[in-house]
Amino acid sequence: MPGRVQRLVAWAERRLPSLTRLRRREPLPIHLHRRRIYIVPTGFGLGFAVLLGVMLVGSLNYSNNAALMLTCLLGAATAGSMLVAFRVLNGLTIGGLRAGTARAGEPVRLSLDVGATQRERMAVRLDIERREFVFTVPAGGKTTVEFDLPTAFRGWLPLPRMRLHSRWPFGMFRAWSWLNPDRAVLVYPRAESLGPKPFEPEGDADRGRPRAGDELAALREYRPGDPRRQIAWKLSARHHGLLVKDLEQPAPQEDWRLDWDGMHGLDDESRISRLARWIDEARDSGRRWSLRLPDGYFDIAQGDEHYHRCMTALALRP
Amino acid sequence: MTGFRRSVKVVTEPKLTTRSFDMLTLTMGFMVLVHALHLPWWLTVALGAVLVSRWWQRRRGGANAPAWLKLPLVGLLLAAVIVQHGTLFGREPGSAFAVGLLVLKLLESEHRRDARVGIAFACFALMSALLFDQGLVASIVVCLGIVPALATLRTLEEVDPDTTSWKREFTPVLWALMAAVPLSLFAFLFVPRLSSPLWGTPDSGQTTTGLSNRLAPGDMLDLMTDDTPAMRVTFDGTPPPNASRYFRAYTMQVFDGNGWSPGSRSTRRPPAVAEYGPRTGYRTSIEPTHDRVVPMLDLATMAPPGTALRADRTVAADRRIDEVLSFSALAATSYRLEPTLDDGVRRDNLQLPYGTGPRARRLAASWAESSHGDGGAIVRSALALFHDDFSYTLAPEPLGRDRIDDFLFQTREGYCEHFASAFTFLMRAAGVPARVVTGYQGGYWNTTARYLLVRHSDAHAWSEVWLQGRGWVRVDPTSAVRPERVELGAAAAAAGHGASDGLLDMAWLRDLRNRWDVVNQWWNRGVIGFDALRQQGLLQPFGVPHAEVTDLALVFAIGCALLVAVALGWALFQRREGDALDAWMWRLQRMLAKAGVSRRTNEGPKHFLARAARALPLHRNALERLSGLYLAARYGHDEPPPESVVEFGRAVKELRPRRVVK
Repeated sequence: MPGRVQRLVAWAERRLPSLTRLRRREPLPIHLHRRRIYIVPTGFGLGFAVLLGVMLVGSLNYSNNAALMLTCLLGAATAGSMLVAFRVLNGLTIGGLRAGTARAGEPVRLSLDVGATQRERMAVRLDIERREFVFTVPAGGKTTVEFDLPTAFRGWLPLPRMRLHSRWPFGMFRAWSWLNPDRAVLVYPRAESLGPKPFEPEGDADRGRPRAGDELAALREYRPGDPRRQIAWKLSARHHGLLVKDLEQPAPQEDWRLDWDGMHGLDDESRISRLARWIDEARDSGRRWSLRLPDGYFDIAQGDEHYHRCMTALALRP
Repeated sequence: MTGFRRSVKVVTEPKLTTRSFDMLTLTMGFMVLVHALHLPWWLTVALGAVLVSRWWQRRRGGANAPAWLKLPLVGLLLAAVIVQHGTLFGREPGSAFAVGLLVLKLLESEHRRDARVGIAFACFALMSALLFDQGLVASIVVCLGIVPALATLRTLEEVDPDTTSWKREFTPVLWALMAAVPLSLFAFLFVPRLSSPLWGTPDSGQTTTGLSNRLAPGDMLDLMTDDTPAMRVTFDGTPPPNASRYFRAYTMQVFDGNGWSPGSRSTRRPPAVAEYGPRTGYRTSIEPTHDRVVPMLDLATMAPPGTALRADRTVAADRRIDEVLSFSALAATSYRLEPTLDDGVRRDNLQLPYGTGPRARRLAASWAESSHGDGGAIVRSALALFHDDFSYTLAPEPLGRDRIDDFLFQTREGYCEHFASAFTFLMRAAGVPARVVTGYQGGYWNTTARYLLVRHSDAHAWSEVWLQGRGWVRVDPTSAVRPERVELGAAAAAAGHGASDGLLDMAWLRDLRNRWDVVNQWWNRGVIGFDALRQQGLLQPFGVPHAEVTDLALVFAIGCALLVAVALGWALFQRREGDALDAWMWRLQRMLAKAGVSRRTNEGPKHFLARAARALPLHRNALERLSGLYLAARYGHDEPPPESVVEFGRAVKELRPRRVVK
């Protein structure tokens, strides 16, 4: 039964966008105002209205004025709660979307800021992909909602439609507004789980080239000729002589020259996932790598920036 | 696909938080309390115990009560209600069952849905408490019951309701209720009342609280100790003196040797002819008696709407008085009732049961002989007898088998009904047509609010004798024994004999009660007595003498629209952030937006105004000046100095941008 309702709603949203108040994509930040906040009674609200009707007819029938007054008071208070629900959403600002990195198939972590200039907003609910997040927005501040978004494919993942709504204060009315920000999250390609190592050319010219390590191994006495920036100045101040940070030289590793065309007999997606695995392995083992793609070349380097640049290029391969 | 969907849907509803459950318990407790007055005491105690134990059990982390506990409890409740009332239908058993079920519902309230259902029906149960008593205090208490109910709903929505302060829960609800008062008052005034009920009014099954249509010695005592108000009367002119405030309810013709009752024959005849002189206008509101009798100030000249005059010129309502009945009437203070007596009526009013009161008959016969049939003289001798040898007390000795003789010659003490009964007997025995009249006499004159409060304890019995040429004449034998009863009222009469409740004797308490009654009177007249008739007159000040349902609906709609507009204004009003300089800047932005240049969210004032200057070359100088002024005022100081704000404002006002033609 709920499945049928959902399907009906989905159909209505597809065919009757203006009736379902579905909004086109729009840039962040989104400012909620009265033209885009809608209110309907909830199921409980409808039930309560029926009950109020019964109470009204009963008190009129028995000409019991005290009961009529009670009914009127209850009715007016609950009807007024509609405006309170509206005021929860009115003036909210939704902005500041931040996305983590994720690979296709893994959930991507997102955070969204919901801010209010005046008034504390109680029990604001955010529906994303059938999950609901409840939070309170402090007056003059903002609340950050963090949520995971499932991913399936590499490339740009458009942010799904979100619904900001509230049933505050009595749960009898629901005020809501659709958010459809024109933002997308980049999803990196999925790395294959098993596969061969990249081709390493024998007799690399770079082999044995001394490289400055960057991991602290030990401290030792200063010897003339040590570079000045390796002196541990703060420690030396508490010591008689100068101390020098002896930096370990990691075992020399081959640089990987990763090439799109170096693989034969593979389709594009397999190439991408293999390259992604190689780049991951290279980063994890501290190697340097270069990446050659049909439409670009990333020179030999290492570090996070290089990694993200390469992965982005892979993610956005057509 | 369906499997996946189901697995998403199975997200169980969160359990009620401790705070929500506390609130729910509080609401239910309040509801039981409101109903406690008419529930049997053991049921109240049992329900309270169930409430407390469930609350404690859930505090300790307990879950729903199992079915083997719930079902027997429901059965037990059903059995208890049926044993107590004999049925499940009707006002008392129905409400007892409903309240019990609601409390038992708490046993299985674990989720939000249960709490919502419980609260909705608790609201209904609160209302049903008003069917029993719609007095001022009861109404206020019941209305207070809304507060925990709405607060419970509120905690259901709260993100993190486990706060320590209870005030945080109740104050917003109180504010919401306060804000709802104007609309609810408006609705109360203009919701069209039904002139006749859609279905039968509840069979109260309550015993009649007012006068009974039978008078036997001792029967009236219950009534005379009942201090609740019977009716309230306002007079158009000066109120009549206490001694002539007789409200007739019943006349009783038939005496069976023990008690008096109205004759059945009298109901079939048309109202007796009466000639009367000046009349006094007054307005009465009668408390519900669940009976049809309408006490009228002596003597009723015509029947108010919805009532009918009976043959003896007492008045009966067409329907039982189940709610406050208000009407205006005219009373004749001097009159001649039934100047010529029909033979049948004369016979009825001379009839005496065989064998009762032989000594009394002999005494009466001696009076008749000595006065040669002059009714007035007979009356005088009887009153003289009472005055000389009898005493007034609310606690007389019990009477023997022959009540009349026993009273007249043995105990010689009693109160109004003894005197009226014996007097009427004597009159009949002496050949003077006579009957007993019951009703109210006296009452408390409230000087501040200028109305007469008649309590049930003001119930009184007297006699009417028929005298040639004068018709029926009221004779109050009690006044011969104890004039204070008639001149000062029941309380004064009882005071000297210690028969009344000690507490009620305290003058200040009585005073307080009388003052409090002013409020009750106001409530009864203004709120409870506000019926279809009064509603029709609601628009009289606006020139609509008789408001129809459509008029009322129209006014109701207009008023609701106005109130909703006010509320919408409140809801939509948003104070703008910032100081005076910001306000001017807002205005400038509005003007420029109209001219086609609107500020982007990521644009600072300098860039925005520069862009505007490029887009509107006509105003380039002015906009550049504005930009300079704004930057100087905003960033040149910690606080923008007033004079530069004024200058900026003037420059904004001078700007009249015209839409750029693209």
